Amino acid sequence: MSAAVAERMRWRPTVAGRRRSGRLFLLLCYAATALGILALVVLLADTLIKGAPGLSWQFLTSYPSRFAERSGLLAALVGTFYVAVIVVAVAFPIGIASAVWLEEYVSPGPLRRILETNIGNLAGVPSIIYGMLGLAVFVRALSLQRSLLAGGLTIAILVLPIVIINAQEALRAVPSGLRHASFALGATRWETIRHHVLPAALPGILTGTILALSRAIGEAAPIILISSIAFIAFLPDSLLDSFTILPIQIFIWVSKPQAAFHAIAASAIIVLLVMLLTMNAVAIVLRDRARRGVGW
Amino acid sequence: MVSAMRAPEPVAERVSDPAKLERVFELRGLSAWYGAAQALRNITFDIPKNRVTAIIGPSGCGKSTLIRCLDRMNDLIPGFRAEGHVTYHDEDIYGPAADPVLLRRHIGMVFQKPNPFPKSVFDNVAFGPRINGYTGNMHEVVEGSLRRAVLWDEVKDKLGASGLALSGGQQQRLCIARALAVEPDVLLMDEPCSALDPIATYRIEELITDLARDYSIVIVTHNMQQASRVSDLTAFLLAGEERTGELVEFGPTRDLFTRPADERTEAYITGRFG
Repeated sequence: MSAAVAERMRWRPTVAGRRRSGRLFLLLCYAATALGILALVVLLADTLIKGAPGLSWQFLTSYPSRFAERSGLLAALVGTFYVAVIVVAVAFPIGIASAVWLEEYVSPGPLRRILETNIGNLAGVPSIIYGMLGLAVFVRALSLQRSLLAGGLTIAILVLPIVIINAQEALRAVPSGLRHASFALGATRWETIRHHVLPAALPGILTGTILALSRAIGEAAPIILISSIAFIAFLPDSLLDSFTILPIQIFIWVSKPQAAFHAIAASAIIVLLVMLLTMNAVAIVLRDRARRGVGW
Repeated sequence: MVSAMRAPEPVAERVSDPAKLERVFELRGLSAWYGAAQALRNITFDIPKNRVTAIIGPSGCGKSTLIRCLDRMNDLIPGFRAEGHVTYHDEDIYGPAADPVLLRRHIGMVFQKPNPFPKSVFDNVAFGPRINGYTGNMHEVVEGSLRRAVLWDEVKDKLGASGLALSGGQQQRLCIARALAVEPDVLLMDEPCSALDPIATYRIEELITDLARDYSIVIVTHNMQQASRVSDLTAFLLAGEERTGELVEFGPTRDLFTRPADERTEAYITGRFG
């Protein structure tokens, strides 16, 4: 046996085997994706089949009732809307101001690192913890009771870290050339932020806020602690009235033994999904428009 | 005044002894750091009034750091620190009483990459006068500035269009018009043509020569032909291994290019390194 042949013998012909393991990996990836999509499709289909028949104008405009067929979402829809308004009114200005301060005023260093790490951690805290905070601070300590205001503030605090992080990212995406151009003309930092940085970052900030809000209105856990999980057959007259929101209403109906209530819970889930998808669509449109408008 | 079509004469003719010229900036032992890294060491020279002063040197020699010391734009970079003195009309701009906002109002700056605001052509030019409290006729200022930057004829029908819709060369002239609108006394240009094609570059160079009659101009360039074409005086910087820039030679551009005093200058301008 020549030396060259002996050398070749030391290499196993493995291309076929290597290709096979590549195909196997691809198959696993397909399977994993398919599993996720399948689960989603089954859930959606199940919800649609159960819930679609219950959807009607009357369903959207009635109060809950002891009878499933007379029950409606009005209180929950209006409550969700008010909570969303409170969240935007509170979390949007505080979040943007914090982000501007962190991004434009604090120079990189230990202080900024500590703050950013903590905000990042807060964004990951389970929402029920925020519910407990809301219960302790707003409901008890500030004696707001189980009111719309207490619920709105709790959700606002829940989304605040997310709003800050999103706004910081939007601010960071503003090219530094824009700031330099403004400073070079003798603008102060505030003028630079107000006239150039914020307008350029606004679409990104809005997108982030809408996404945060869409997460917020789907949250049931913190509100379970805050709202009185009761029969709310009226609309809140003031910020200090009791309230309910869509996820809570769904939670209540699902917990009932009668199948008829499970069906209208499915209808309510469809309404909630439509709201969330609409909000996300608006966010995507805003983001795309911002991308097209910016040509740096 | 000379006709606007005047050929860009070699302005170096106008300078014999820089020490006799009236000064805008005096740099005395200027050193600069970014964090622990020293970017400039002990720079001393004077920048004269109504002349074009070029700062040349290879990449990383501190040219940009130096020009950005003149309007304290380096302050925006965290960790930046300067030592020594830079005076602007005899006032120490790094002194305790100095206000960078006021300083920049008198010192215009044009950047490497054209950076118009994502606003209309008109608002780009009007922003500076607006924030600086100009109360006169804004249209006149905008038109005048755009004419000075030789851009008016190209944009007069689209003042409402976005500044970003212009070509690269037009954007850079828009940035020059924007800087001129606040009636500065000095124009700092940090490699203003490096992102432009040769024709746009030629137009900017023509403009610089034209503006030099009324403004003191400092231009950073890595293009030696450009320095020799547009500048009256040239400062040559060089950095060693540790990337700290030092001033090798400063003098009338023609002298520096024809009979450099330092052999490193000669090596650089003849293209032996850099």
